[in-house]
Amino acid sequence: MSISTKIVDDFVANGVDFITTVPCKQLAGVIDEVEARDEIYHIPSNKEDEGIGLCAGAFMGGKRPAIIMQNTAIGVTVNTLVTLTQFYRMPLPMLISYRGELREPVACQVEMAVHTMALLNQLHIPTYHFHKESDADELDAILKYTFMCNKPVAILTDASFWGGYGDQ
Amino acid sequence: MIRSEILRDIAPILRDHLVICNIGLPSQELHMIDDQSTNFYMLGTMGLSSSIGLGVALAQDKTVISIDGDGSVLTNFGTLPTIANNVADNFILLIIDNGSYGSTGDQPTYAGKKTSLAAVANACGCENVVECQAKDTGEVLQNAINSKKMTIIVSKCDSGNIKVPVITKDPVVIRDRFMTAVQS
Repeated sequence: MSISTKIVDDFVANGVDFITTVPCKQLAGVIDEVEARDEIYHIPSNKEDEGIGLCAGAFMGGKRPAIIMQNTAIGVTVNTLVTLTQFYRMPLPMLISYRGELREPVACQVEMAVHTMALLNQLHIPTYHFHKESDADELDAILKYTFMCNKPVAILTDASFWGGYGDQ
Repeated sequence: MIRSEILRDIAPILRDHLVICNIGLPSQELHMIDDQSTNFYMLGTMGLSSSIGLGVALAQDKTVISIDGDGSVLTNFGTLPTIANNVADNFILLIIDNGSYGSTGDQPTYAGKKTSLAAVANACGCENVVECQAKDTGEVLQNAINSKKMTIIVSKCDSGNIKVPVITKDPVVIRDRFMTAVQS
């Protein structure tokens, strides 16, 4: 089973039925898998704060939402995470590609990577880092935790987790 | 007519539906005019009324009306293509377009100058876009609800504010009673 299939299986098993995505090269496989599942309403967003708004609405309408995005989005969404998701106490699993980590070929990605953990810590967002494929074994528990505590939770997935960037 | 007069006018229509109300004065005015458990007041996060409303509409069957402003739509322009391409026929976006950032001191917006939000919504692929004068908002809104077709309404009105108290309700209370109303 591919890692993308396993991840989306865990989403479905936890009742996640509304997923918004903003693409990243590393997330292409998991986004394809989300799109392919009948159990999930997949709604691509144009920007990540818009996506978090959609997720807030879907949650209040009775769905279990999630967002899939790149770590650069942490720079975009601070206000929305704080004044919407956290202020109104809503759950939001955030599956995030952790660009700018080891094996990264694009220097500019490192500029946001060095702030990613610090920002998440500052926002008091529970954060998990998937580095090896077996780290994804915790996803099921992380999703249960998110919907138990009604908080946004970050799952950072780096290049090593996704198997690198191919030949460089 | 100014925004608060429109809200007073349409309050009897809004009362029967789920409403997502924009940050700042629009929420404070609606809260003062006709507080309902079916109203979700945005206390922060400028620009996302339409996104939150679309999310609620896609998640369940009741009619959802997002009350937005021209400045807020300009802040989150990406919402219009998303709305156009994810049709929810129980969703109405009511943009109260007074051509100004009302909550921050009536600074002019581009929607009050060359930019037509109705034309932008059409260009984004929204299928039922109605621009109306402030006094006709109630009739247009009721028609949109009756049509059971996703509709974008741009209500052109004058800028201007009234004195209103801030909302002191706890956000979790606002959210919880709204979710209870959704499920009832």
